[in-house]
Amino acid sequence: MNAISYNFAYLDEQTKREIRRALLKALAIPGHQVPFASREMPLARGWGTGGMQVTAAVIGRDDVLKVIDQGADDTTNAVSIRQFFGRVAGVRTTTRTEEATLIQTRHRIPETPLRPGQIMVYQVPQPEPLWRLEPSRAETRRLHALAEYGIMHVKLYEDIARHGRITLAYDYPVLVHGRYVMSPSPIPAFDNPKLHRSPAIHLFGAGREKRIYAVPPYTDVVSLAFEDHPFRPWKAEAACALCGSTDTYLDEIVIDDRGTRRYVCSDTDWCERRRAQGRPV
Amino acid sequence: MLTCGFADPVHDAQAAFRALLEATARPGTIVSLPQSGAPQPLPEAAAAIALTLCDRDTAVWLDACLATPSVCQWLRFHTASPLVADPADACFAFARADTAPFGSLSTGTDEAPERSAILVLLVKGFVPGRVLRLSGPGIETEKVLSVDGLPSAFLAWRAGNLALYPRGVDVLLISGNKAAALPRTTVVQEV
Repeated sequence: MNAISYNFAYLDEQTKREIRRALLKALAIPGHQVPFASREMPLARGWGTGGMQVTAAVIGRDDVLKVIDQGADDTTNAVSIRQFFGRVAGVRTTTRTEEATLIQTRHRIPETPLRPGQIMVYQVPQPEPLWRLEPSRAETRRLHALAEYGIMHVKLYEDIARHGRITLAYDYPVLVHGRYVMSPSPIPAFDNPKLHRSPAIHLFGAGREKRIYAVPPYTDVVSLAFEDHPFRPWKAEAACALCGSTDTYLDEIVIDDRGTRRYVCSDTDWCERRRAQGRPV
Repeated sequence: MLTCGFADPVHDAQAAFRALLEATARPGTIVSLPQSGAPQPLPEAAAAIALTLCDRDTAVWLDACLATPSVCQWLRFHTASPLVADPADACFAFARADTAPFGSLSTGTDEAPERSAILVLLVKGFVPGRVLRLSGPGIETEKVLSVDGLPSAFLAWRAGNLALYPRGVDVLLISGNKAAALPRTTVVQEV
């Protein structure tokens, strides 16, 4: 049987070159959204096509790839993207955070601290942090050009006026290198501090919206807040039911029809290894 | 005679890109960009950059000492990049440090600062000549980079370039098959 053969990592070289140029510009202007062509991928837009294109442009034969979906290595999106690159690039894959050189992620940053030499690739549904406040892209480009982020601060202020606190739990806007307000992708606000002066490279790809942006290592990434209402990320007040962890981000699982809940680590690799080290509840 | 491009276009370009990604993410880090087929007098690293990043969508400008018939022919054949006469039109400008058209390069616009030039600057070597102290995104505290063959005009221009942020020109310093990046965010001071 003759299998259809693709170029290494699926994308053609011309497309990779365009993405590579966008990535270098994105690193040079931290937090600024760089437009790119965004090709059709063999899955629907909204399922991680931006992240996959970034991964395809970056990945090499020696890379070890980890893919997570909300922290888990074993959910559909993570499994199929990992298998995809196993097939079209023939790279080694892993679930271990510290073994990976390239980590494609949907909506989480691993609990295991990242190190130099690792590249994070984020799947981004909506790269424009101002989109709920200003529907026109021509206008948001202008606001970014002028560093005019008043509407975002007013939104956060109105949250406090109405609810007593900033109500954003995920996709919490950050100020990068003191210049651009950026969407950190829908990671929980709990993960935002991990971006600040991280030793790893962080690349963001939005396929449907055709934008690439980046945070270089050791770059200031500050979650927006007010002096009298400091940034306070939300986390369930519970311990992981599997490993007993109290300092990780927890998923809430409803386990019966009377509303009983359990909390377990969202990062499956971290939780599994903690249990393997004999630290169960 | 036309010399060759990458021996393995896919994997050599990937390796060169990863070196450039690492260099840009960590300014002042010296990376290797080997390319055995570079036409004289184009240094290996400059040839590798052209093969990795340039194509028909990127206008290339060469300074007078690089714009030899063999270099122009090699670039046209391997990258299909349009060669432009005015440095202001260039996406990639390849120039010797002492004759570089610093002030004439595109710095992008406020709304699209990415539409600026990348200046590939040929220096004598990464050995003590000028000792630069670098800081900014990608650098934990400070980094020291020694560069031989940088004119004093470079430092004055960099200060102005930094003031334009987010507009500005990104620089790739190269010598032989070595390269180091100074993206627009990097603060460059002479020790």
